Amino acid sequence: MRLLSVYELWRRFLNIAALTLTGVCAIVVMAPVFIILMYLLINGVRSLNIEFLTSLPKSPGEPGGGMANAIVGSFYMVGLALILSLPVGVGAGVYLAEFGRSRYAHVVRFMADVLNGVPSIVIGVSVWALLVVPMRSFSALAGGVALSFIMTPMIARTTEEMVRAVPNALREASLGLGATYARTMWSVVLPAARGGIVTGVMLALARAFGEAAPLLFTALGNRFWNLFLDRPMANLPTQIYEYAKSPYESWHQQAWAAALVLIIVVLVLNVVARVSTRERYRALR
Amino acid sequence: MGKTSVGTPADVSVRRRGRGATFWSDRLFRTVVVTCASVLGLLLLFFAYELWQSSTLSIRTFGWRFWVSREWDPVREQFGALPFIWGTLVTSIAALVIAVPLSLGTAIFIAEVAPRWLRQPVSFVVELLAAIPSVVYGLWGVFVMVPWLREHVQKPLVERFGHIPLFEGPAVGVSMMAAILVLAVMIIPYITAVSREVILSVPQAQREASYGLGATKWETIRRVVLRYARVGILGAIILGYGRAVGETMAVTMVIGNRPDMSLSLLQPGYTMASVIANEFTEATSPLYLSALTEIGLLLFVITLFINALARLLVWRVSRGEVHY
Repeated sequence: MRLLSVYELWRRFLNIAALTLTGVCAIVVMAPVFIILMYLLINGVRSLNIEFLTSLPKSPGEPGGGMANAIVGSFYMVGLALILSLPVGVGAGVYLAEFGRSRYAHVVRFMADVLNGVPSIVIGVSVWALLVVPMRSFSALAGGVALSFIMTPMIARTTEEMVRAVPNALREASLGLGATYARTMWSVVLPAARGGIVTGVMLALARAFGEAAPLLFTALGNRFWNLFLDRPMANLPTQIYEYAKSPYESWHQQAWAAALVLIIVVLVLNVVARVSTRERYRALR
Repeated sequence: MGKTSVGTPADVSVRRRGRGATFWSDRLFRTVVVTCASVLGLLLLFFAYELWQSSTLSIRTFGWRFWVSREWDPVREQFGALPFIWGTLVTSIAALVIAVPLSLGTAIFIAEVAPRWLRQPVSFVVELLAAIPSVVYGLWGVFVMVPWLREHVQKPLVERFGHIPLFEGPAVGVSMMAAILVLAVMIIPYITAVSREVILSVPQAQREASYGLGATKWETIRRVVLRYARVGILGAIILGYGRAVGETMAVTMVIGNRPDMSLSLLQPGYTMASVIANEFTEATSPLYLSALTEIGLLLFVITLFINALARLLVWRVSRGEVHY
């Protein structure tokens, strides 16, 4: 048996120690997910009931009441954002994938990526200046527009990636049969990329659903029912924020329940999005 | 996967057919997608314009003094942004110091160390970290983490190291320290994901050459893989920094919102993003609103530069892939 020198032993020890340390890092990084989910579950379940899901908020400090209007409001504004951002996002994504080598496309791609990094609070301020000031009222419309500004670049970039992944042979077969280019895109390429695009859209929806910062001074919040586009609208994220800041214990409990509802929606969207596509797909949005 | 065949399909079909020879539907199609792309590009200019417009009043009133004044007094209408710039700098940099080693360790673990079957699940859990909404981090932070910090970390720190300015008391819980910890957790998934991709894109031949020379796995990672990937990793870190600078809700909820400039990590602070979130709806006078918008403008410009820089660095390594 060969004897190992001290230096070699040291190298082997260092190797094992360093590799173990990376594993420790991974565990430390993963721990908060489980801790936070556990707290949400424990605290949220306590005040999550039918009343919470179906009734309006009570006046400050009074126990009971719910957030039905905020839940509906959240879906309402995210739906509005989807209507606004889906066509533009998919269109831009198709452009980037199909005409992506021009200089202009590089500029657009760069801007889309930079846009993704614009803080959501800044988007909120911009939309406030665009819509809330001229309309003289906080509104559901402004909230939806703010959320759509968050979703559009995300949808564009995932669409680009998915359209680009469609094999060229499909396009060539379609063109060879005499289809025009537009027809080929519409009937062959986009359907082939649909699964991936849906995944991207769902991840964008999940992100928009949890955003509070762009809604703080666009949709504002509302203690009552509202389904009009031009009036303030309640929504889960800002309601959680308001309730967490309040001094009332009953409101804190409600904030936990709202957070549980919020996280369930966000997680379902995330899990379904990831499971539904087999493509290896960078899903950190 | 992103790395597809180089010639994009449209270049083949539309361009080759020659100008003017395309069908009207093809031209319409192209016009529509170009318009969509242009809308996306114009959004950025639109943000800049709106923010500039709304902050002209403050810019004209205070000029450059806005950025160096420590005074933030809405009642007397004196506004200076220095405390917020300070708070943003301290919290984001400290968060980065915590997040970078953990993220790199995790990225290395996922890309190089973990057995194949473990990679997907670990990546998935780390990505969930990014999926948790900011306001939920804030809620957890203010009701669970802050009380725990106060009792088990801050009080002992003040007792033992209270004479050092960094840990000056009293221990109140809501503090820069709380904001730093939440921020670190929130940016870890971004740095990890991008670093992982960059590490995975290092050619296998590089590793094999290193093993062939007798290097251990760790030596290969440190001297070959990380060195090869360093530009991309730097991009990942800067990307994470951009997130930390702009993060709003969670920070607002745990930082205590006090416009002081304290050296102590245990004292409440304020950041650019959190002052906007916290005071915007309460701001009644035009000048107050304008001052808050000007902070938003600065935040926009800073994150623009940070992101542009990060994109360029990451793009150099993995051309045109989606990372965010």
